[in-house]
Amino acid sequence: MKKQVLNFLLIIISPLLFAGGIHVGEKAEDFRLKNVDGNMVSLSDYKDAKGFVVVFTCNHCPYAKAYQDRLIDIDLKYKQLGYPVIAINSNDERIVPEDSYSEMVKRSKEKSFTFPYLHDKDQTVVSSYGAERTPHIYLLNKEGNNLVVKYIGAIDDNYKDPDAVSQKYLVNAIEALLNGKNPDPSYTKAIGCTIKMSKM
Amino acid sequence: MRFNISVIIISLSLLSASDHLAGFQILNFKEFEHHLHQYNDTTYIINFWATWCLPCRKELPDLERINTEYRDQKVKVLLVNLDFPDQLSKSLVPFVQQNNIQSEIIVLDDPDSNFWINRVDSSWNGNIPATLVYNQHYREFFPELLNYGLLDSILKLNTIKQ
Repeated sequence: MKKQVLNFLLIIISPLLFAGGIHVGEKAEDFRLKNVDGNMVSLSDYKDAKGFVVVFTCNHCPYAKAYQDRLIDIDLKYKQLGYPVIAINSNDERIVPEDSYSEMVKRSKEKSFTFPYLHDKDQTVVSSYGAERTPHIYLLNKEGNNLVVKYIGAIDDNYKDPDAVSQKYLVNAIEALLNGKNPDPSYTKAIGCTIKMSKM
Repeated sequence: MRFNISVIIISLSLLSASDHLAGFQILNFKEFEHHLHQYNDTTYIINFWATWCLPCRKELPDLERINTEYRDQKVKVLLVNLDFPDQLSKSLVPFVQQNNIQSEIIVLDDPDSNFWINRVDSSWNGNIPATLVYNQHYREFFPELLNYGLLDSILKLNTIKQ
C-alpha cells in the first residue's frame, strides 16, 4: 500500500521535474536505443539524413494509435527526401503493461512500421526532450554537427479523420525545411496521452 | 411481414435503449464554450479527462466527493470527457456504470485541439487531467492532478457566500 502511494506521488511529481526539456531553436541530443528488431539505433547512424521526425508514441494510447498510419505515410514520403521518422516509446511498462518491449515488437509487426520503433526503457530520452504526451513530435534539422529542433507539437489538426484534416502541421513543417525556411507554426498544442513517467 | 415489423420494433427499442445508455451530451468546442463563462452565484469545477488517462481516473473519486459534499452550496462539478466519441459504448459507458459516477458529464468532440486548448486557458499545453475552477469573482486553471483537500480549500476560500 505504501508502495502504491509512493508510485502515485511519483506519477504526480515527475512531470513537474521533467517540465522544460528542449524548445524550438535549441539543440537536441542524440541517443542510442533498442529497436524492435533487437538492434541499437542512434541518429548518428543516418549519415545521409537532413534531419529527423522524432515522435514519442506508444502501443496503448488511442490518440497515438490513430496517428500511426499517417506516420507510415509521412515516413515513406519524407525519408527519401532526408527526413525519416524515428518512433520512441517511453512509457513505463510497470504503469502500462501494454507498452512493454514485447508488445512494441507485436505492434510494429501488426502495423508493418516502416520506421524504427525504439524503447526508451530508462526514460532518459523523454526526459531530455521534455515530451509530455503521445503522440508528440520533435522535428529536428541537421545544422553542421548539431541537431536543431525546428517544430514541436501535433501531426495535424484532426486525430479522428485523416480526410478531414485542414492543417498538416508536421508535413508543412518538413516542407518548410526542404525549402530552406523555418516552420510556421513551429509549436502546436494537442490533447494526447500523458507519457507515464516512473522515476525521479 | 409481421415478422419484419416485429424485427423493426425490437431493433428500434434496442436502439433507443443504447441511446439512453450513452445519453451523454456530445458537443464541439463552440457549443461547449459557454460552460467556461457562466457568471452567476455558482462556482464551477470543469475537469477535462478521459477514461484512457490513468491519473484522471485516480482523480475522479475526489471530484465525486466534492460533488456530493458541496451539493447544497452552489458548486457544480462538470466532467468534460475526451474519449473518442465512436468508442463511448466501450469506454465511457461501462466506466460510468462501474464507478457509479454522479457528476454531470459532457463529451467534448472537437479535433482541432490546437485551437480550443488555448481558449480554455493559454497556459495549458493539452495534458490531462486539467481543471478550471471559476465563479464571478475567481478563476484559476490547474493543468495538473488535483485532490480532495486542495479542491476543498479552494472552495472554502472562493465560493460565493449565500
